[in-house]
Amino acid sequence: MIDIILAILSTIGALAIFFASLGILRMPDFYLRLSVTVKAATLGVGLLLLCAAILFPDISVTTKAIAITFFLIITSPIAAHMIARAAYFTGTPLWKGTIIDELAGMYNKDTHTLESDPQEKKEDFTPETDQIADTEDETK
Amino acid sequence: MIRLFLMNLLLSFIWVALTGSMYYTNFLFGFMLGFGILWIMNRHDSDQRYFYRVPKVLGFVLYFFLQVVKANLQVAYDVMTPKYFMKPGIVRYPLNARTELEINLLSTMISLTPGTLIVDISEDKKILYIHVMYLTDPKAFVREMKTGLERKLLEILR
Repeated sequence: MIDIILAILSTIGALAIFFASLGILRMPDFYLRLSVTVKAATLGVGLLLLCAAILFPDISVTTKAIAITFFLIITSPIAAHMIARAAYFTGTPLWKGTIIDELAGMYNKDTHTLESDPQEKKEDFTPETDQIADTEDETK
Repeated sequence: MIRLFLMNLLLSFIWVALTGSMYYTNFLFGFMLGFGILWIMNRHDSDQRYFYRVPKVLGFVLYFFLQVVKANLQVAYDVMTPKYFMKPGIVRYPLNARTELEINLLSTMISLTPGTLIVDISEDKKILYIHVMYLTDPKAFVREMKTGLERKLLEILR
């Protein structure tokens, strides 16, 4: 019984990591690649660690697995957020199929701060500042 | 609230010490036993929040896990098939969460759900900018988020 549960869980975990790596190859732009990779990898590693915790009846394995999963869940969204912010700030283009970009023109490029209200800086707001790519090749 | 939680932890540790098997299922069983004991002992108290909150937290964890699995399946389908079904976009999301802990937990949850990714938070901590993979209507997405994940999370924390 426990073997079947372990087999199912570890298969799902391995498949999640596989789809994440396939996503890096297939997704059309940087943000989608990041988006696919971070979560699926977290889920996959979490499930594999859970399997290890169930398989070994040793308390030290269980505590280590719980600690690793905990730190992974805490740190990986922050890493993704920092990478995405840096990418947007340096002007990485979005895919041409992107339907809306509400972050366009909100950054103050001199002070590196982010405004919350678009009305505040109406005078130098230009609609041309969105980073949506015009062709497929720009985001390759 | 905190006092009851610590009492509950203490009771489960006593259970583990008395039964002598240091395994997590035993600990969970002790926790449930302690929860029942505390409930019976405090049934006349005016402050019953703790006893509603623990089942709510469990329900929230289950809900979140289901969301993650559902969204993962959608992303996996899109990765596998040759045609792209996604409509990505960056959405402005006005926050109801105020304290740092609430914002931190909410953005971690949003980032861990596949298809959504926090790009940045505004300087005055009022707006989140979320990159969404499957966006049909930005207003509908914000409404869905507000009534789903954020409300459930704030119900637990407040």
